[in-house]
Amino acid sequence: MGASDTNVMGKSVRRKEDYRFLTGAGQYTDDVNPDRHTHAYFLRSPHAHARIRGIDTSRAKAAPGVVAVCTSADLEGVNGLPCGWLITGTDGKPMNEPPHPVLAKGKVRHVGDPVAMVVAETPNQAKDASELIDVDYEVLPAVVNCVDALKRGAPQIHDEAPGNKCYTWALGDKAAVDAAFAKAAHVSKLDIVNNRLIPNAIEPRAAVASYDRAADGYTLYVASQNPHVERLLMTAFVLGLPEHKVRVIAPDVGGGFGSKIYLYAEETAMVWASKRVGRPIKWTAERSESFVSDAHGRDHVTRAELAMDKDGRFLAMRVHTTANMGAYLSTFASCIPTILYATLLAGQYTTPAIYCEVTAAFTNTVPVDAYRGAGRPEATYVVERLVHQAGVDMKLPQDEIRRRNFIRSFPHQTPVALTYDTGGYDACLDEAMRLADVKGFAARKAEAAKRGKLRGIGYSSYIEACGLAPSNIAGALGARAGLFEAGEVRVHPTGSVTVFTGSHSHGQGHETTFAQVVASRLGIPVENVDVVHGDTGRVPFGMGTYGSRSLAVGGTAIVKALDKIVAKGRKIAAHLLEAAESDIEFADGKFTVSGTDRSKTFGEVALTAYVPHNYPLDKLEPGLNETAFYDPTNFTFPAGTHVCEVEVDPDTGVVEVVAFSACDDFGNIVNPMIVEGQVHGGLTQGLGQALLENCVYDAESGQLLSGTYMDYAMPRADDVPSFNVGTKVTPCTHNPLGAKGCGEAGAIGAPAAMMNAVHDALAAVGVTYIDMPASPHRVWRAIQAARA
Amino acid sequence: MYAFELHKAKSVADAAALIAKTGGKALAGGQSLVGAMKLRLAQPGALVDLSGIAELRGIRREGGAVIVGAMTRHAEVAASADVKAAIPALVALAEGIGDRQVRNMGTLGGAIAHADPAADWPAAVLGLGATVITSKGRHAADGFFKGLYETALAGDELVTAVSFPVPRKAAYAKFRNPASRFALVGVFVAQAGDGAVRVAVTGATATPFRCAPLEAALAKSFTADAAKAAKVSANGLSGDLHASPEYRAHLIPVLAARAVASL
Repeated sequence: MGASDTNVMGKSVRRKEDYRFLTGAGQYTDDVNPDRHTHAYFLRSPHAHARIRGIDTSRAKAAPGVVAVCTSADLEGVNGLPCGWLITGTDGKPMNEPPHPVLAKGKVRHVGDPVAMVVAETPNQAKDASELIDVDYEVLPAVVNCVDALKRGAPQIHDEAPGNKCYTWALGDKAAVDAAFAKAAHVSKLDIVNNRLIPNAIEPRAAVASYDRAADGYTLYVASQNPHVERLLMTAFVLGLPEHKVRVIAPDVGGGFGSKIYLYAEETAMVWASKRVGRPIKWTAERSESFVSDAHGRDHVTRAELAMDKDGRFLAMRVHTTANMGAYLSTFASCIPTILYATLLAGQYTTPAIYCEVTAAFTNTVPVDAYRGAGRPEATYVVERLVHQAGVDMKLPQDEIRRRNFIRSFPHQTPVALTYDTGGYDACLDEAMRLADVKGFAARKAEAAKRGKLRGIGYSSYIEACGLAPSNIAGALGARAGLFEAGEVRVHPTGSVTVFTGSHSHGQGHETTFAQVVASRLGIPVENVDVVHGDTGRVPFGMGTYGSRSLAVGGTAIVKALDKIVAKGRKIAAHLLEAAESDIEFADGKFTVSGTDRSKTFGEVALTAYVPHNYPLDKLEPGLNETAFYDPTNFTFPAGTHVCEVEVDPDTGVVEVVAFSACDDFGNIVNPMIVEGQVHGGLTQGLGQALLENCVYDAESGQLLSGTYMDYAMPRADDVPSFNVGTKVTPCTHNPLGAKGCGEAGAIGAPAAMMNAVHDALAAVGVTYIDMPASPHRVWRAIQAARA
Repeated sequence: MYAFELHKAKSVADAAALIAKTGGKALAGGQSLVGAMKLRLAQPGALVDLSGIAELRGIRREGGAVIVGAMTRHAEVAASADVKAAIPALVALAEGIGDRQVRNMGTLGGAIAHADPAADWPAAVLGLGATVITSKGRHAADGFFKGLYETALAGDELVTAVSFPVPRKAAYAKFRNPASRFALVGVFVAQAGDGAVRVAVTGATATPFRCAPLEAALAKSFTADAAKAAKVSANGLSGDLHASPEYRAHLIPVLAARAVASL
């Protein structure tokens, strides 16, 4: 596939950005070194919970190279960090929303809570000086588990959140669900823990903040997924600065997975201090610092029940979840276990009644927020583990129990607020089973048994709601921001194009995918299109990249701007061709008078727009530059089925994923290679959650026990099989690209498929339940317990 | 990392003198020490770099033993035809340490002087009944590893080489910690030329140890089945996030059996 082709939709065009990434020419925040810059270091709490009796910074201020030392007492006029989503509880009251000071004020509430910022000439001098800050702590009892935090007598973390409760929220018709359970032929039940995860983007968080006296403006380079949102939250809610005086640039960013969506304390304090210090300030997190300061993910404790008739048809589902918010509400924390979780509990099934109640608790842990999938992996894990259990209980094959309950008519209104526009669940299940050679499984299991291995197979038929989101619906549900996207298409006089998008690429390959969209729509070569993102000084606006929304929402904004470009081009061409505008057709890069061979190329029209000698100046502005804002009318609903095969070594408890097949429906696909890469990455993160990753805090001291890679197990290349992936397409019905999104699907679908396979394998030795991660130790213990 | 002085030693005597003079620490491959310094967990005022001392490098066969210089890198052991011919278990052990970068820098002498409880080399030293040769004399393997990061070495005593007697057969089996990939448990089994059996275990306690029940079982019958049937007590074994003492006790005979089966 040559890049200079214009027919590039659906083609695996090689990534335009890879040359710079693979040759080390990427420009990340840590590569930004303004003249006279200083370095920040953040002194963090060593305690999970303590009162601050006093802070003495005098020795630190006198240390070599120190430029400034700030504590909360210095941050006059600086507000706390905001939460962007208001949840209203079942009691009709707004959630408890305790202050989240930029630097700890009066108390520290988790290990890693920032207490002071030291600014010095070198990173080492800043760090050395931080050791000279005397903080007088009165250590308080801590609580880290969300269920424990809600118990009577638990340590009280915030005065504003009695009993450590943030909210109890519910969705669905409780009476209808109770009635359905009362007449059910069978009920399957599970108690499920969704393990807490620590995000690990390869590039740690980083920022460079500076203030320019001449322009009276600030510039912040920051490793962020959404620089405009960062600027809006920081200026309007925290620092009270005029938005137009702050430029936020998120240059090349080495992965985010959600952890770089949020407004964090560090860059906020640095922007504030940059004017006072009068010099740029730079900070790059150390890896151990990332473990205790990047927002964590997941951490749910759930009881789930499924009511069925005698044939295994789902009648109702009841779910009670306790969710860990951590010590403070991170930017979108409150909506993850509610709006992005309970609404997904219908899965791919016709379950007519669903009731979900969620209680969110504060604990002495790092704040928890969205992490690849954000609520939807948790929902999928509940639904698909429960469906697996129902299949076992009803003695139905795992594909059969799914088929008996699949939604087949669209649009489909679920009992948990969403309307699925389209889907084809049987097709994905059939294809995943074909890819997985399910027919040959029995023989493979028998062969594995000869080698002393327990082989199991597991399914996960997931759904996700992506393309966040219709702003009016989000607003009604408590969002404090819109969720549209902006795009600008600037056609240059010679016909090449620069696109400015509010989406942000931090590994997703937008510079290629979006260029393909533009090239194919305008009929120009893909190398004639450059994509600019991540700079509030260049891009009109942006809500950023998360929730698999970039192509469906950001891509559509670009398409809307392209529509305006073509509409204007048609007017120009009509003038040049002396024809009626309504007779001009645009195809393959040419404006043609309908039914004739008279035409003007896109390049000729572009040149005319900028050299308007023969031009309808009385009716039309010169130039060819259009901006569009697109607010979607619905979520998109990517879905698919994953089939996993594992082998368990009963002697050691080691689980090996020996085969993994996935068939996903992402709607129309622009670049299959990039999509496959996204699926591989997501599946690998799903494998991490299912088998390896586990964030563990000491229950007594609140210390993070899995605080480095010595104890936190990230998936590595040799942990993953060679994935077998395929796609089926039902185009999204409400955006012009027919695209649904693909970035999170792997992480959403995989954990349940893997754990269902583990359960299938372990059923042979009598194990009925095991939580994630299915580590060797945990599997071995389960086998020992079952044998006892 | 805190500031420190770096001295480059030209000879073993020079290194010992520099350590005595500065009170500093010897720097071998730096794969443990430098990491600890970066985390500010170690703050030596001076480091004495041993990498320029030619007499500490190299591998040679001497009678019934293979002698490996203290500053020989893991990767050099892994690539050595001499070691492979004499004690292939050491090649397998060396090529299973850390990753490629670690193996290209880390050294045998550094590993045993540091005595990390999850290191691989101590299992081989103890399992083969090797002799640790130092700037001050010789230490038998039994008794060399004293405790957590603690050996029989004096403060200014440098390991110069290790002499591994060539066994009739030997093998090492390691169960990796899923996070760190260090040995959660590693078991080195060896049958000496005279038929004596030694079994050394690393990763399971603060100090590597010889496993009496396995040595007895394998002395009777040097087979995987005999190893697997042996019972190892969980008493005194380490427990952490990744393994309880009981799990480690279970893994020891399983790994011993796998080591024997690989021969």
